[in-house]
Amino acid sequence: MADITNQSLNEIIENVKTKKVSSTDLTKAYIKNIESAKKLNAFVTTTFDQALDKAKQFDNKPNFDQLLPGIPLAVKDLFCTENTKTTAGSNILNNFIPSYESTVTKNLWNDGSFLLGKLNCDEFAMGSSNETSHYGNVINPVGDQLVPGGSSGGSSSALAADLTPATIGTDTGGSIRQPASFTGTVGLKPTYGLCSRWGIVAFASSLDQAGPMTKTIKDCAIMLESMSGFDEKDSTSINKKKEQYSKNLKDNIKGLKIGIPKEYRVDNMPKEVDELWEKGKKILKDLGAQLIDISLPHTKYALPTYYIVAPAEASSNLARYDGVRYGYRSKQGKDLIEMYEKTRSEGFGDEVKRRILIGTYVLSSGYYDAYYLKAQKVRQLIKKDFDDSFTKIDAILTPSTPSSAFKIGEKTNDPVSMYLNDIFTVPVNLAGLPALSMPAGVDKKGYPLGLQLIGKALDEQKILNIGYAFEKNCDFKNEIKKWWS
Amino acid sequence: MSKEKFDYFIKGEKGKYEVVIGLEVHAQVLSKSKLFSGSSTKFGADPNNQVSLIDSAFPGMLPVINEECVKQAVRTGLGLNAKINNYSVFDRKNYFYADLPQGYQISQYKNPIVGEGKVLLDMPYGSKEIGIERLHLEQDAGKSIHDMDPSNTYVDLNRSGIALMEIVSKPDLRSPDEVNAYIKKLRSIMRYLGTCDGNMQEGSLRADVNVSVRKEGDKNFGTRCEIKNVNSIKFMQMAIEYEAARQVELIENGKEIDQETRLFDTKKNETRSMRSKEDAHDYRYFPDPDLLPLKLEQKLIDELKKSLPELPDKKKERFIKEYELNAYEANVLVSEKEISDYYEEVAKFSDKKLAATWMMGDLFAMLNDKGLDISKSPISAKHFAELIQSIKSGEISGRIAKEVFEIMVESGDNPKKIIESKGMKQQSDPKELEKMINEILSKNKDKVDQYKAGKEKLFGFFVGQVMKLSGGKANPQLTNEILKKLLKG
Repeated sequence: MADITNQSLNEIIENVKTKKVSSTDLTKAYIKNIESAKKLNAFVTTTFDQALDKAKQFDNKPNFDQLLPGIPLAVKDLFCTENTKTTAGSNILNNFIPSYESTVTKNLWNDGSFLLGKLNCDEFAMGSSNETSHYGNVINPVGDQLVPGGSSGGSSSALAADLTPATIGTDTGGSIRQPASFTGTVGLKPTYGLCSRWGIVAFASSLDQAGPMTKTIKDCAIMLESMSGFDEKDSTSINKKKEQYSKNLKDNIKGLKIGIPKEYRVDNMPKEVDELWEKGKKILKDLGAQLIDISLPHTKYALPTYYIVAPAEASSNLARYDGVRYGYRSKQGKDLIEMYEKTRSEGFGDEVKRRILIGTYVLSSGYYDAYYLKAQKVRQLIKKDFDDSFTKIDAILTPSTPSSAFKIGEKTNDPVSMYLNDIFTVPVNLAGLPALSMPAGVDKKGYPLGLQLIGKALDEQKILNIGYAFEKNCDFKNEIKKWWS
Repeated sequence: MSKEKFDYFIKGEKGKYEVVIGLEVHAQVLSKSKLFSGSSTKFGADPNNQVSLIDSAFPGMLPVINEECVKQAVRTGLGLNAKINNYSVFDRKNYFYADLPQGYQISQYKNPIVGEGKVLLDMPYGSKEIGIERLHLEQDAGKSIHDMDPSNTYVDLNRSGIALMEIVSKPDLRSPDEVNAYIKKLRSIMRYLGTCDGNMQEGSLRADVNVSVRKEGDKNFGTRCEIKNVNSIKFMQMAIEYEAARQVELIENGKEIDQETRLFDTKKNETRSMRSKEDAHDYRYFPDPDLLPLKLEQKLIDELKKSLPELPDKKKERFIKEYELNAYEANVLVSEKEISDYYEEVAKFSDKKLAATWMMGDLFAMLNDKGLDISKSPISAKHFAELIQSIKSGEISGRIAKEVFEIMVESGDNPKKIIESKGMKQQSDPKELEKMINEILSKNKDKVDQYKAGKEKLFGFFVGQVMKLSGGKANPQLTNEILKKLLKG
């Protein structure tokens, strides 16, 4: 049989079910790929022995009725995995081995899959290029020296390089959709509350949401179906019945109304991004969808709002990393305060420190009203923009990112230009809505570009359907040469 | 009851000063598990044995509100005649300390679960209403232990995450006595409600005490100091006295009072500056994004209201009416639910007035002496009622009753058995008594003559002789009557 690892998850599942490939052989094929892709630095930890054990167990007693039968999966190193080191890309957790499993990964394992390894990411998911990870840069398989996006950069890289059949990331301001766009893959940020946050290292609690990263829309539906669901251990989890996204996937989008927001045409946006957007509109129109011009007037405030809300929550969420109970502890401190200072100075990287400082500042007395409170009000206005629009439309189409993947080091010294990368993705997190990034084409350098579909709250099925129809009618093919092996 | 006048002022060289006190009481919620985790709240477990991943703030752990704690806070609010807020918000109070694993305490800042209420105090100068500003729910921190090792601090997280109610009073208290009455009243209400055990030794009830002073008659408040974490009423009173005197001295010497947080040193009996206003923590409060706002349905509040037990104020009114007690007696007997239950049990089977007198006298003295709660009393309510009835019926005298009481304490036996087996029954047969008295009078003819000649003091001598001969069992009233009759003859 041809190389199974370049197939979609759905195809692989079919091959396992029809016994064309065993879980063990499948796992071995991925292990081989991973071992020859060390250059990409996508993995922080591999769990090969454990994965092979699980594969063997599956092959001995297969259950083909499961959603993910015998499928090995690598996941972002932000998900706590029982007895497997979980670093969140940080030095401060370099020795942290959880005694518990995140709800989302547990859901995946309960459906028949098992852990292949932990994927590199920006430190505490703070970054858009995977350059803030303590465990080094991740390379985008699209081209040497290109960033894979971030913060789920290890996930996008591993997926595009066939190191895992599908994966999961977390998206606080675009951390799933931007890396998906940079690597020509599919990434979905679900409605806030659809996937449990329990057991995921927190960055900004009111924005964090786990989601699937896959090669195809169908794969995305399968993964979302498995990982989502109500969890009483997360007070912000939505209590509703589990959906069968993959079974209900339809490619008929005739009559659907697609909103095109005028505010998503930004200055200095490369022509190719604009052209791609036009291409996307045309495909959907040809499929019978109706395009409607809409306005989301507060879009321009989304990025500054995000960079107040997210750091504020992060500054508090990261207070627990103090060297007292687990994780890294500096040996230098003479007293408690000095131990804290040294531990956190040595344990956190620059970007994390920057955001802790910003967050601490905007919550300080005297500044709270001007920053945090104002940001919360603007956040409501941004949400209202979407709510108003969704009374007349079914989904919104925008570019995923203002550019394609950039070079490692290109934006490292300019945090604001780095932050601008998330300009199209951030409003969605502030509004708690679901959004999908799907590959749509390449720029003149041949680097992939994605388009984003934003849906109403809990309208994942609809944007998956639109994406499914789009995918079938878009001639995009991710041609990645395996230059690294 | 005669009403005394309120008189607690600090006398300075330049006049009298009124002391203004407000309390922030931290009451541990009675609940099986912690405010946001399933860990047990039982007191006295080995260190770090009641700690979940949530309490110790492991990565990715999330709080989930314990509904029972919410109900307990609502019950307490209702018991304080307070407004229950249908909408409240949990905030994070951010600061670093080794025994605060999250790096923040989940508390309620701008929107507490309970709003304004009031508590009624019975003072010797009349009843006084103390305003309640608010009650909110929050997590307790762990415990840092500094004295187990010369160079290390140990941390016990058993307490970390336990639910506390912070009950904030208005600055309505004016003396250490009022503070004593207020804490006791709060404690009593919460114990009636079963929302806090009020056990100060175990730290279930602690308070931050805000103290300021002002010249008598001044309308404006002085600058206040907050004395942190005082864990007994006695210490609160001592701290207030010390602090008020300190502040008066500063004012009289023309010095400013710094608004600051102070610590009470129980060994030296003084307060010490902990941190000034400038060093005050900036807690960076903001709504906890891990928790949704707490929305209470009116139906739930109404149901809780309906299921509240009779509280001390109501019970006191009833005791005065039903048992014909005076306000003081009623007050004492309703102060603890267990005491009131004991009393009602006794009063059911015996004389209600006599029962009150004996309970507040001999029974309380004995319990106090032995350091026992009434629930641990060696004399059951049933036996105590029998004793009261024996006195009331004249079966035994008050003096004998005291002896019976002592034996009851030691043996736990019922009084009937004791009276019979020890032959302690009172001699109340007039014929028998007359016989005995005649015998005494005939033996002491000279004294009878002296008595009849006007030396009436000798009456006591005859009574003494009767008691001596009867072994103390002669009914005193009958003895008097018969003696008088026979001495006349």
